Amino acid sequence: MIDLSIDFGGIKAPNPFWLASAPPTNSGYQIMKAFEAGWGGAVWKTLGVPVVNVSSRYGSLNYRNTRMMGFNNIELITDRPLADNLREIEEVKKYFPDHAVIASLMVESKAEWEQIIKDVENAGADGIELNFGCPHGMCERGMGSAVGQEPEVLKTIVGWVKEAANIPVITKLSPNISHITDPGLAAVQGGTDSISLINTIKSIVGIDLDSYAPYPIVDGKGSNGGYCGPAVKPIAMHMLKDLAQHPEIGKVPLSGIGGIETWRDVVEFILLGATSVQVCTAVMHYGFGIVREMEAGLRQFMEEKNYSTIYDFAGKALPNVTDWKHLNLKHKVVAEINPDKCIGCDLCYISCDDGAHQAIALPIDTTNRIPSIIEENCVGCNLCSLVCPVEDCITMVKRDDGTESLTWHERTLNDDIPVTFDDDRAGGKGHFVPTPEDALKHKR
Amino acid sequence: MAEYKRPKTEAEFKKNFKQKKPLMNDTEAYYEASRCLFCYDAPCVQACPTSIDIPLFIKQIHTDNITGASKTIFDSNWLGNACGVVCPVGVLCEGACVYNHQDVPPIQIGRLQNYATNKTIDADKVIFKVGEPNGKKIAIIGAGPAGIACACEARTLGYEVDIYEGKEKPSGLTVYGIAPYKITNEEVLKEVDYLQNQLGFNIKYNNAINSKEELNVLEKGYDVIFIGVGLGATRHLGLDGEDKNGVVGAVEFIEELRMKHHEVKIPAKVVVLGGGNTAMDAASEAARMGARKTVLAYRNSRKKMGAYGFEYDLAISAGVDSLFNVTPIAITGNGKVEGVKFAKTEMVEGKLQTNMNNTFVVRCDMVIKATGQAKQGHLYDLIDGLDIDNKTRIKINDEFQTSNPIYFAGGDAVNGGAEVVNAAYDGKMAAQGIHNWLTK
Repeated sequence: MIDLSIDFGGIKAPNPFWLASAPPTNSGYQIMKAFEAGWGGAVWKTLGVPVVNVSSRYGSLNYRNTRMMGFNNIELITDRPLADNLREIEEVKKYFPDHAVIASLMVESKAEWEQIIKDVENAGADGIELNFGCPHGMCERGMGSAVGQEPEVLKTIVGWVKEAANIPVITKLSPNISHITDPGLAAVQGGTDSISLINTIKSIVGIDLDSYAPYPIVDGKGSNGGYCGPAVKPIAMHMLKDLAQHPEIGKVPLSGIGGIETWRDVVEFILLGATSVQVCTAVMHYGFGIVREMEAGLRQFMEEKNYSTIYDFAGKALPNVTDWKHLNLKHKVVAEINPDKCIGCDLCYISCDDGAHQAIALPIDTTNRIPSIIEENCVGCNLCSLVCPVEDCITMVKRDDGTESLTWHERTLNDDIPVTFDDDRAGGKGHFVPTPEDALKHKR
Repeated sequence: MAEYKRPKTEAEFKKNFKQKKPLMNDTEAYYEASRCLFCYDAPCVQACPTSIDIPLFIKQIHTDNITGASKTIFDSNWLGNACGVVCPVGVLCEGACVYNHQDVPPIQIGRLQNYATNKTIDADKVIFKVGEPNGKKIAIIGAGPAGIACACEARTLGYEVDIYEGKEKPSGLTVYGIAPYKITNEEVLKEVDYLQNQLGFNIKYNNAINSKEELNVLEKGYDVIFIGVGLGATRHLGLDGEDKNGVVGAVEFIEELRMKHHEVKIPAKVVVLGGGNTAMDAASEAARMGARKTVLAYRNSRKKMGAYGFEYDLAISAGVDSLFNVTPIAITGNGKVEGVKFAKTEMVEGKLQTNMNNTFVVRCDMVIKATGQAKQGHLYDLIDGLDIDNKTRIKINDEFQTSNPIYFAGGDAVNGGAEVVNAAYDGKMAAQGIHNWLTK
């Protein structure tokens, strides 16, 4: 029997699918609609100091035929009256007492924090999320990512909030920082109950070639936005892993955010230690209905792997994410092309020849275009298998017998590492490369 | 089996001759362009007689550099717009697309090409530069694809160019001979207009070169003469009754149809003789013009037909019936066609034999002969020292120069009748050949 319910640092929800604090959580109407659709929780669009928004707020990065693979926005926190938001929080909780309604907050002074915490608690919020991430507009006024980038300030504010709050506190971090563990540790030391990440990344999503202004364009000008959507997922997962593996930070629950759209994304975030996930861009693109695919996929995965709760596999990938120096240098894979599947686009050839290790040859027989691997040149980099447009046509095949293992770390300990520029123990020594003049034999 | 109602108005004609390759809209072009894999040494380029850098122009379409895409296309093929729709892409670029090996539909290269060039032509974007005048003059005989391409290329090299055209419209068979569901007259003519506006070559219409005197004038007035003439009238078959009312040549039939559209009257029953692409076109067109019964008759088996499979399929889908292994032996009727007498044929020891003991008559009101066109041998005979081969094709060297050095030639005159794209290639290369010769 699969049970998707969670207890996220004291916040209970019927499932780990939450809406991130953003335009989809701007009103009680949207959140009720989302809960009806199957979402288990929602972080209300940030309540706080009064703001005014501009018209033209979003920009998109399209790739090939995919719209919004990257997305940025210059929208600020909610511009609706606080009283309206509080009334609607109360109303949503009346209809959905078991769903998680979390109030995202952003104010300045200690007194303001204390007041707004009291307000949302009175409205019936299940938790608070501190918006220390917004990288546009609000940070110019000393809030949002301005806090997230100053661990000491962050710790102080988390301390104020914890002192005032009776409900659980989530600290939402900004990725616009060198080491995510710095603000992560500050949040934990400030007493946060849990952490969510990432907020958006400072970005310029594109420049209009006629007006010379960045998107989104507001009367001929633009500002940096916050970048999100599928493109940021790898950055988010890396930061999540950094926190999850940290001995102190890893003890608090982590809510994963950043480019999540499908059940696969959800599972990957959970495997890296998240026990709730938050989604925004995918909902802004496709609506609340996408949660159906997420839930069905997650259930299917859990059924096949025989898991009953997400805690059964949360963090399961963490032991396998290690430092480079611990990777086995004796492991060896080479590419193999399946000639029955090959369609002869020769992208593997040109990508290897121009972009990798000149380990693929074109056929001498010109009646077909099926290339072949020059095994002695192949370093097993994967590039050909990544560019190949045919499923399972190029596979990376293991060549070592798995009996040997030696890491850089071990070699260092054994004093067996290259030390001079011409050291025989260096990796590339003796590896085939064509002569520079060979390049001139190619036409064009 | 009549699938089409007889068109009585231009609107009904357009409906029956709906464009097989309609113009793409921006969204369709964007998505289609995004599918291109950008193959290395792409097979589509190798399959294109003019070697257009197809992956490049597709990428340019995708990045909204439509003008750049058109430049890429026209740089290789001066009739890039027409070729986008009239080329037999299934056996050329699209047939070579690697997606075919994956049972995925190939990229619609022709339509993408037409999309880009159409936009550029409609916007009248200036993308060509006339070459620095070099004081030399070229006369071109025939404003067909070969002649137009030669003129364009020669203008970019700085030559003055006059084209002598026998008819009143340019672009030869593209406007007079291609099936109307492949391209409209407007589409053909606007491309030539566009090229002519930018490159400024002259076309002298209704100015056929037929006599020694006319050739002498050209030889005196120009440094080089390019022969870009097409094929001639439909060949006489020598059948009994071939002169009866209602027996027409396919080329003449199609030309009339292209010019007069719904005003052409097609009788109820039509027999088309031949197995080439022109026969398929003529049969398909007769059916679309509302003939109640159209029968395609070919002397050999279906497999041996010269027509592309897709052209045959197109005719069949228009409601055309076909007869194989039959050869016409006489046209019956009293002054007017009433039928075609056929004899069955069979392969005997690798040779096609006519069995005169097995004959029958197919009743009809019209016979369209699509059995080949005569060459323009009378013109070639007027030119001193011009070598032609045993199929009346002008012989040329690698530079498209004939045995009479001031004459160059290309297109149908040298290949005996091929695609628009082949003529476009020849014309361009001949201009380069001329330039090489004159600047040697």
